[in-house]
Amino acid sequence: MTFRQKLKKGIVLMDGGMGTMLQQLGLPLGALPEEWNITRPQVIEDIHSQYIAAGADVVYANTFGANCIKFGDRTEEVVRAGILCAKRAALGTGALVALDVGSLGKMLAPLGDLPFEEAVGIFKRTISAGVKAGADLVAIETMNDVYELKAAVVAAKEVCSLPVLATLVFGADGKTMTGTSPEAAVALLEGLRVDALGLNCSLAPAQMEGAVRRMLAVSSTPVVVKPNAGLPRDEGGKTVYSLGADDFARDIASLVKLGARVVGGCCGTTPEYIKKIKLALQGVEAKAVGRKNLTVVSSYTHARYFGAIPVLIGERINPTGKKRLKEALRSGDMAYILGEAVSQAEKGAHILDVNVGLPEIDEPAVLSACVSEIQAVTDLPLQIDTSDPAAMERAMRIYNGKPLVNSVNGKREVMDAIFPLVKKYGGTVIALTLDEEGIPPTAQGRTAIAKKIIREAVRYGIKKCDLIFDTLAMAVSADGTAAVAALESLSYIRHTLGCNTSLGVSNISFGLPNRDFINSTFFAMALARGLSAAIINPNSHEMIKTYKSFLALSGRDENCLGYIAYASSVTSSVTATAAQAQAAADDDLQGAIIKGLKARAAECAAQLLKDNAPLDVINAHIIPALDDVGDKFEKKTLFLPQLLMSAEAAGAAFDVIKGSFSGAAQSKKLKVVVATVKGDIHDIGKNIVKTLLINYGFTVFDLGRDVDPQKVADEVKRTGAQVCGLSALMTTTVQSMARTIELLREQCPDVKIVAGGAVMNAEYASAIGADVYCKDAMATVRYCEELEKLLS
Amino acid sequence: MTVLTGRLQKIDRRETLRYLGYTKSVADMGGAQALIDGCEEEVLAVQDLKAVYSLFDISRGECLDLGFARTDSRDLAKYLQGCGRLALFAATAGSGIDRLIARYSRLSPARATVVQALGAALIEEWCDKVHASLMAQYGAIAARFSCGFGDLPLSLQRDIFSALDVTKKIGVTLSDDCFMTPTKSVTAIVGIKI
Repeated sequence: MTFRQKLKKGIVLMDGGMGTMLQQLGLPLGALPEEWNITRPQVIEDIHSQYIAAGADVVYANTFGANCIKFGDRTEEVVRAGILCAKRAALGTGALVALDVGSLGKMLAPLGDLPFEEAVGIFKRTISAGVKAGADLVAIETMNDVYELKAAVVAAKEVCSLPVLATLVFGADGKTMTGTSPEAAVALLEGLRVDALGLNCSLAPAQMEGAVRRMLAVSSTPVVVKPNAGLPRDEGGKTVYSLGADDFARDIASLVKLGARVVGGCCGTTPEYIKKIKLALQGVEAKAVGRKNLTVVSSYTHARYFGAIPVLIGERINPTGKKRLKEALRSGDMAYILGEAVSQAEKGAHILDVNVGLPEIDEPAVLSACVSEIQAVTDLPLQIDTSDPAAMERAMRIYNGKPLVNSVNGKREVMDAIFPLVKKYGGTVIALTLDEEGIPPTAQGRTAIAKKIIREAVRYGIKKCDLIFDTLAMAVSADGTAAVAALESLSYIRHTLGCNTSLGVSNISFGLPNRDFINSTFFAMALARGLSAAIINPNSHEMIKTYKSFLALSGRDENCLGYIAYASSVTSSVTATAAQAQAAADDDLQGAIIKGLKARAAECAAQLLKDNAPLDVINAHIIPALDDVGDKFEKKTLFLPQLLMSAEAAGAAFDVIKGSFSGAAQSKKLKVVVATVKGDIHDIGKNIVKTLLINYGFTVFDLGRDVDPQKVADEVKRTGAQVCGLSALMTTTVQSMARTIELLREQCPDVKIVAGGAVMNAEYASAIGADVYCKDAMATVRYCEELEKLLS
Repeated sequence: MTVLTGRLQKIDRRETLRYLGYTKSVADMGGAQALIDGCEEEVLAVQDLKAVYSLFDISRGECLDLGFARTDSRDLAKYLQGCGRLALFAATAGSGIDRLIARYSRLSPARATVVQALGAALIEEWCDKVHASLMAQYGAIAARFSCGFGDLPLSLQRDIFSALDVTKKIGVTLSDDCFMTPTKSVTAIVGIKI
């Protein structure tokens, strides 16, 4: 029987711990357990045989750490030997062999330094070897980070069609170490179409109950549970686990009664535990999995369901009609884009739309960069919005979660391009009710297209619940029946076809004055007809007002608590702002910057710009304030957080000034390239330097962290920068700084090199050939000011 | 091998200020006080304190055998003088703090710096707690020794990671350059006198 058949038929019993057994058999501490696949294959085979004799339907080959980070060119040999040990034990017993794929032990970027694609490549190598050696399934386990798990599942899907079982480590708080909820894990893994999903390691079975219940409630895929035998502790030099086999088996049986279908053990469990589970499960019926038909998207932390509470999708990161955003995209001003993301999250958006479609940019590169940067500042799920399938694929691949995909429509070509991506990476798709013939004017025409899209999606194995229909709000100023057509088709699709719906609400008011009036009323009408999601501007007071009121009026806001909280926050924020304004009104721009008051600094700058030239505001107000703060910092009468708060306040003032005149706000000639050197991922110090330099009017090109020496040299050549600032925090990366300097001397002999960072000092810096050592950000500013004088 | 978890109610403010370069000459902290208070709340909310430790016998021959690895570090040998055993531990404050730092390093350098300092103070305090329990249980000595101190190479981290199965037990990972993620993590050796 294959694994998929076993899964369908009933409960599948897995094996227990391997590492614990090997240590008992004398595996030296710190030795790689997979070595024994080659040096002591009989021992490994024997352990598998014990598990099979105990009743295990599936054994995990001894390949948990068999990857090329640990084994290099021997990877294939070690994996093959491991699979063969398990296959010999399984021969003639009907037991199946899983290729065991564990964590790489390295954190993926952006939190760590392992790029996503590199992780996929490493997993592919192990999985290919396992498939060739004859594994029956791929079991990816003990993952702390759902992003690494995604890389492994994508790798498995790209090299084979074997069943994939995927399990994460959850803490007692019901989350993984990187903050993923059980619902988010299910959404992502079902999107990737794994055969079974669940949790292993870390906890005892009883401690897993909460997370298991939550997974079972939302999963249409069989749930796996492989707990530890309780917590380990030292007893006379030996590691013992707190939970015995009888208690373990009893607790596993209760998880099976809840609905878990694939069970076994992890650390501390032995064949005895598996035998006891087998006994405890006698007469216990497997619970049917059942289709949940949930419409869901997720981020790396949480899932967002459609249907009960209407979902707000923030529309601000879309360049159509937004001059400032277009400029930010063209100049690579990520800070502005991230600011838009955070402010929409604060205003209550549940999902953020990300659209970077401009004719002159490399959309695949920019879209995926924006997606990963936005995921670094907010944990909201994202809607990936592009008409370029290449950009869509790249962004869906690196997205950490199950994305909302915008969009597909009834055109054959578009469905052929987008549905395969959804099948591969997972996603919930916005489907527009238009096709080759255009947008049907009637509701009937639009619902016919919806039905066609559903039929086509099913052919790819994409369920109806993974489609959200947008019935297209068109300008009511051009066609008086536009709103009615959109609403009637929406109502039909929601109530008769049973699919979720979405609208880009503000299109309805195109060409009309005071668009918010029309938008919010149309929004209310659509919500009443069953709208499940709306793409709106969360900064619009009218829209949020309508939304909060609708929730209260439609019985979706118990005791109107949400409405009351919202309504009173509106009044209190008005009074609070007034009070703050009163208190801060005494501060002029200089005072506001010195005290680090961002909002007040922006206000004062706007005020000053009415009667002063932008450069005068910078030179007469901002720079003197920064100098004052810089002096005090050097005299130690204020400290780092204050210096930075002032820098941020000055930054807020700069933003206002930037908006008011064309061309660069930079008042100085000196250009500076900054980078944290190769091998070093610590960039706080470098970022502080960058912030202050920008404040002082210098043009800064920031290459980020872990930067290759050649990239630094190339950037200096490209920009013609006169100064290059390099930062290193670790003793190990001083060498890397030395290499970078050597290369710069060779290729850019004129550039002045500033060295800084925790491990640097003046002596080191001169030894490796830097022009100057700067002990902190202010020192760097002072040095650049000296050079600036020479330029002018 | 023993795994511990914990939770702290507040973070040592003096330590935090020390990391931020605060000196008595600072006349008035101004808005920085409120900034630190706000960041402390955020850091405490995402803390995920875990630790794993195990005991090893020390033997001395041509080089120092730590029971999980050998080293010729003179500084460590000096530190372990008179000790027959050692406790080896790895501790982490969790990856939530790294998330906050990643977030604020893109949005607010002031907050990023303060969160960084709070995270450093938090992991130190957590290590102190783990260390105190080793002292109480096994009579471990009051100082601890980590890779990178004196002549003890960072590369010993690899041996520590496999000896304690650190990634599997508490989720900390090690880069090629022997740096740990979550960054607010520490490994240390504590001697136990004969």
